[in-house]
Amino acid sequence: MPPLLELNDVSARYGPVAALHGVSVTVDDGEIVALLGANGAGKTTTLRAVSGMVRRTGDVVFAGRRLRGGPEATARAGIAHVPEGRGIFAELTVWENLRMGAYMRRGRPDLGTVLDYFPWLDARRNQQAGTLSGGEQQMLALARAFVQRPRLLMLDEPSLGLAPLVTRELFRVVADLNEKEGLAVLVVEQNAAIALRAARRAYVLETGNVAVSGTADALKANDSIRSAYLGY
Amino acid sequence: MQQFFQALTTGLADGSIYASLALALVLIYKATEVINFAQGEMAMFTTYIAYALYTHPHFGHTLSYWPMFFVTLAIAFAFGVGLQRVVIRPLEQASVLTVVMATIALLVILQGLAAWIWSPELKFFPSPFPTSTWVIGGVHISKQDVGTFGVTIACVVVLWLFFRFTKLGLAMRAGAVNRAAARLMGVRTSWLLALGWGFAAVLGAVSGMMSAPTQFLSPTMMDAVLIFAFAGAVLGGLESPIGAVAGGLGLGVLLSMLSTYVHVITPELRLPVALLLLLVVLLVRPAGLFGRVVVRRV
Repeated sequence: MPPLLELNDVSARYGPVAALHGVSVTVDDGEIVALLGANGAGKTTTLRAVSGMVRRTGDVVFAGRRLRGGPEATARAGIAHVPEGRGIFAELTVWENLRMGAYMRRGRPDLGTVLDYFPWLDARRNQQAGTLSGGEQQMLALARAFVQRPRLLMLDEPSLGLAPLVTRELFRVVADLNEKEGLAVLVVEQNAAIALRAARRAYVLETGNVAVSGTADALKANDSIRSAYLGY
Repeated sequence: MQQFFQALTTGLADGSIYASLALALVLIYKATEVINFAQGEMAMFTTYIAYALYTHPHFGHTLSYWPMFFVTLAIAFAFGVGLQRVVIRPLEQASVLTVVMATIALLVILQGLAAWIWSPELKFFPSPFPTSTWVIGGVHISKQDVGTFGVTIACVVVLWLFFRFTKLGLAMRAGAVNRAAARLMGVRTSWLLALGWGFAAVLGAVSGMMSAPTQFLSPTMMDAVLIFAFAGAVLGGLESPIGAVAGGLGLGVLLSMLSTYVHVITPELRLPVALLLLLVVLLVRPAGLFGRVVVRRV
């Protein structure tokens, strides 16, 4: 079976600065894949290249189709991207944020399922999203992405700025969504330990290239890789 | 009493005109952080189109007032969308200042074009409302004032309902808050910006058609109105649509009261007083009376 998402020799640049030099990554249906690496390695740019938020060369194939066009087109193809900084609509209410997740769907959105996974949102529905705590905002961004009913979820540094306990809870929900809804996940993380616990496979990026890849278990077992790239 | 209520209704009628134009400014400002200096001229130009529809036979007959009114709104909408697509959209990557300069260019072009097509001399523009008054408890209330207020506020309310209760309205608000995130939800934000320009043009057309009967139609008729609208918008806080409406109405009432009770304030002083008020508000409350600093936690 062909992979759900396939990046084939993808390069990207910000103006004159090249950020990705021919990265190839695949994500299978229903799989959690982690993109690891230091700051500036190109993890975020990889996600942005998939979404069409940055100009790219090379093929991105999703569900058998070549992706083209901007973020709107990528979202419509079935990819939900929770960007760096969460991308919450701070001035809108929690509920309005969730309704935005359902923007592409016809008719009245059914937001019942999302409350099964994020029950606390119900009591906060009329709260201005910008007044939520950092962890709650990240959860809201995740919930909103789930409302999009994607086949692939892309998370950019979900643990950034969160307390360890909140991060653990977040990854628990991600694992839950993966298991029960069959949602494939491509997650960018600096925190390699927690990402490798959740992921089945991982790629380690270094200065815009894939340095190492393999199953999470293999990467965890290999001490030299751990100390060279993962820093734990 | 009589004097007070007359000043109040006249003030509300004038204020509603400022309010609708102020709301048009805020609509575009919130979405793109651009002050559309051509807003008044767009309103003036569409009012000329209304005039043409009303007075010159097209396809063998002229339109009566209300059909003309609604046809003009439709034309204004298309005009606003078109301007955004043709003039503003190519500048999407440019700085805010560049776009502001483009709107100033648009102002000059539209003013010149109107004078060239229709000649700069004053023209009479009809009002749909009778010049008579209602007498309620001994107070004379001008039907013209009530009508102007009613029509303008009705348009504002319809727009509010759209933003509050429709998916497209929600998407427009979301796009104004965080455009990149809205695109990730599948929103074609570029078209929503054009839609915003369309709505702004419609609001402008309403304010133009409502103010033209009292001050005659001319290529410069909206100059002062735009400044009042701008003062009203800043008064309420440029980020706040409700503030813009309240600011416009408040300014109208205030100016009307001042010229009724403070005899030093002659019509010539209306504009300076409005601008003085604008300065004071900017000094005391830079975010405007309704403006609030959005709370954000990291």
